[in-house]
Amino acid sequence: MTYLRPKFRHPELPKNNLGYSVDYYEGSLSTLCAGCGHDSISAGIIQAAYELDIEPHRLAKLSGIGCSSKTPAYFLSNSHGFNSVHGRMPSVATGANMANRDLIYLGVSGDGDSASIGMGQFVHVIRRNLNMVYIVMNNGCYGLTKGQDSATADSGSKNKSGHVNLFQSIDLASLAIELGATFVAQSFSGDKSQLVPLIKAAMNHPGFAFINVISPCVTFNNNPGSTKSYDFVREHMEATSTFDFVPEMAEITTSYSEGSQKSVKLHDGTFLQFHKIAQDWDPEDRISAINAVQNAKLKNEILTGLLYINPEPVDLHEMINTSLRPLNSLTKEDLCPGSEVLKSINKDWR
Amino acid sequence: MSLNQVKINDFVIRFANVNGTGSASANYLFCKSIFRMGVPVTPKNIFPSNIQGLPTWYEVRVSEKGYLGRREGIDIMVCVNPQSMLKDVGNVRTGGYFLYDSSKPLHSNYIRDDIHYIGIPLMEMCNEAFTDPRQRQLFKNIIYVGALAALLEIDFKVFESLLAEQFAGKEKLIAPNIKALQMGVDYIHEHYSDPIDIRVEQRDLVGDSIMIDGNTACGLGAVYGGATVAAWYPITPSTSVIESFMNFSDEYRIDPETGKRNVAIIQAEDELAAIGMVIGANWNGARSFTATSGPGLSLMNEFLGLAYFAEIPTVLIDVQRTGPSTGMPTRTQQSDTLEAAYASHGDTKHILLFPSTPKECFEMTADAFDLTEQLQTPVIVMTDLDLGMNDHMSKPFQWDDHRQYKRGKVLDAEALEGIERFGRYLDVDGDGIPYRTYPGTHPTKGSYFTRGTSRDEYAVYTESGDAYVRNMDRLMKKWNTAKSYVPGPHLYQEVNLSTYGILFFGTSEYSTEEAIDILKAEGVQLDAIRIKSFPFNDTVEEFIHSHDKVFVVEQNRDAQMKSLLMIELSINPEKLVSVLNYDGLPITADQIVNSIKSGLSFSDLK
Ligand SMILES: Cc1ncc(C[n+]2csc(CCOP(=O)(O)OP(=O)(O)O)c2C)c(N)n1
Ligand code: SF4
Ligand SMILES: [Mg+2]
Repeated sequence: MTYLRPKFRHPELPKNNLGYSVDYYEGSLSTLCAGCGHDSISAGIIQAAYELDIEPHRLAKLSGIGCSSKTPAYFLSNSHGFNSVHGRMPSVATGANMANRDLIYLGVSGDGDSASIGMGQFVHVIRRNLNMVYIVMNNGCYGLTKGQDSATADSGSKNKSGHVNLFQSIDLASLAIELGATFVAQSFSGDKSQLVPLIKAAMNHPGFAFINVISPCVTFNNNPGSTKSYDFVREHMEATSTFDFVPEMAEITTSYSEGSQKSVKLHDGTFLQFHKIAQDWDPEDRISAINAVQNAKLKNEILTGLLYINPEPVDLHEMINTSLRPLNSLTKEDLCPGSEVLKSINKDWR
Repeated sequence: MSLNQVKINDFVIRFANVNGTGSASANYLFCKSIFRMGVPVTPKNIFPSNIQGLPTWYEVRVSEKGYLGRREGIDIMVCVNPQSMLKDVGNVRTGGYFLYDSSKPLHSNYIRDDIHYIGIPLMEMCNEAFTDPRQRQLFKNIIYVGALAALLEIDFKVFESLLAEQFAGKEKLIAPNIKALQMGVDYIHEHYSDPIDIRVEQRDLVGDSIMIDGNTACGLGAVYGGATVAAWYPITPSTSVIESFMNFSDEYRIDPETGKRNVAIIQAEDELAAIGMVIGANWNGARSFTATSGPGLSLMNEFLGLAYFAEIPTVLIDVQRTGPSTGMPTRTQQSDTLEAAYASHGDTKHILLFPSTPKECFEMTADAFDLTEQLQTPVIVMTDLDLGMNDHMSKPFQWDDHRQYKRGKVLDAEALEGIERFGRYLDVDGDGIPYRTYPGTHPTKGSYFTRGTSRDEYAVYTESGDAYVRNMDRLMKKWNTAKSYVPGPHLYQEVNLSTYGILFFGTSEYSTEEAIDILKAEGVQLDAIRIKSFPFNDTVEEFIHSHDKVFVVEQNRDAQMKSLLMIELSINPEKLVSVLNYDGLPITADQIVNSIKSGLSFSDLK
């Protein structure tokens, strides 16, 4: 069931540059289990869109099937949403993006949706560098079908029913880097201070931006022995760095110790300013990113934060040289060659 | 050679070649020369699912009477493929001709005393005249075309002009081709001075017709119909639909100022992704389509159900081939009828269009974009390998410049301003067709959540059985509305002339028309109807009800169209008599005539 949220709000909520307060970015009331990590990610999306001054109707939200894929109903109610079929959100997002390059595309998926049934579409949307944000709400299980292991469950991880997973897990973030994703991050639904800037950076990225968010399923996979529980993730989280957006020319006020900083200039002239950078890691170096993730794994840690960024990606539209005018805005005059041309085509076939 | 009664402009010639040896363009040259002589002609490519080295046949039927269906009985066999020679010799009709490469003597196994042999030392002649090994290979084919020109008395000037057109810009290729043709002509004049009893004579029977294949026509129809997003996965025999769309897009979809493309064509990772992209693009207001064949259609089922239930325009061109499974991938069939009509789980029905000619491929593809947007449901164009990959004589294509794209019920920002509460699935007009909005239209109005789950009129999720039933019933109402949107059938007579009717669709048209003529000459009158779309409209129903028996011609084993008619129109199965062909080759008039004669006591019919 989707409930409409009561519309009363405190009048003094702060407003963003568009004059909207944060409640303008909300959706209908969530029907997920109380405490589900997915709801925190929805809250992060709401906060990020609010802080970035996004016009909700200029964003399209798409998903597959699963508890995670239900969440687009719970944020940005003024955005068009598309809850498609299991594992196929990337193709729908690709078509939508081809039709209108001027909107922001936010795809939400689950670990079952992306790492099993939808693995084919997941890897191919990365190859094409579709300009979209792709969030996997990763709980290591199939929430909606009652807790079966997913392909991201770690080998040896135990779920609520006591079942221990025997198989190797698929590491979506490493895979995304390997496949050439131009923005790859990892985070935790319980760490809003890290998650919100990552979503903002992803939305600002003019190419494929992937965030793998560990998002505990409180009902089926939050027990001792599970490597996707709140406790386990909190204890084993390690960050590559922290970072903020810096508009061009702005003065950097906070001071950090020398040698642990780096700024990355973005396509639109803004900067990402990294602080407290992990050793041997450079956000623009894919190899160092893959090493960092693998090294963390060896230490039984979950590496979070931004893992890799290519600040000047070439997206699918650029690769196939489509018109700058959205294709869905072209008219018969732009598209139809007309009867005279047809006459000459007929002539060629006589 | 004995001279029987001369057959003018009425014969079948088959070329037996090895694929990958350049025979296609020579054979096409032969076919086109007859077309240029003003005589109706129909070529069929019978090719293997393989790139090089296997037998391939090209069959050309020449018919003064304008019958464009395939005909059994080969009058002339041109065999340059030793692999298939035994079979090829056997296929020539008694009294027919067998033209072969006599560089090596013909084995006694291949000798029949009831056919004529015309040996031409093709390989020897080529080796003498050409040094380049590629040319030696290619011009063997051109030499036999020259020989045929001499035997059949085709005007040599026709070849000169065809070659000039074919090699415009590469003029130096013309001379060796002419030389090879002339070698064939000369050889016949020197060695076979007696005329054969088959001949081509100049006529004026093709008018302004064109020769083109259905897939090229579909691709062009998509350009004219305003498609801007195409997604696909390669599969014979549908690939050339997209290739055609690409080629025409290269020409007509480049912005002259910016050099940028007014089209996005994506080769997807599979058919699931292809149809997903098409649905995403249509949802977002771009006209979008895909093309596939049986195996791809099977994969697309789940998404087709989504498009049906969530009411998203979708155009799919199904170029059918021989199933089930991988079947005979390079042979034709009409065996996806039921699969397409009811694709996906749950109660679903889809609009089908059945083109019969390249002209209809062009028109129906362009129309499909209007229909799918007007009706907000998938439209599947049901063509087949025979129509899609063979050249057909067709009326020229036409386009009315006043025609506007019918984008259906879409609300813009201004319209939304005037609405209290937008209901995506509200039946405002009573025709079952709701209003839609494109993403990005209005800051606060018109957004909704598209989903494959049940929902109410305002697109809000619900598990209420009542709301679900209301929605399903509205979809049924829309389905009934569709009957007045889709193209009606072609009725061959204004009033019934018989108590027996014959019903057919798609590429069975040519042979069925011929069969009707044959039966008529034998004193059997049949009323005829050609179906062009599903849902069936009232005319189809009336036609069946007003005849005692109706023969249903189709190219599959299970009489799928008959089933569809029975299910949808509650027809008594006894009333529909199937005429079937499913050997992978296009149905022939003789097959239809024989089936009709054996299906009923023939005297009943008279
Ligand atoms: C084709 C198909 N197969 C199976 C299902 C059943 N199904 C629904 S959700 C789901 C798994 C969802 O897991 P995940 O993507 O991890 O989402 P979560 O619920 O864990 O957030 C499955 C198997 C389906 N909807 N469609
Ligand atoms: S079952 Fe798990 S994933 Fe689904 S809503 Fe409940 S807690 Fe969240
Ligand atoms: Mg999951």
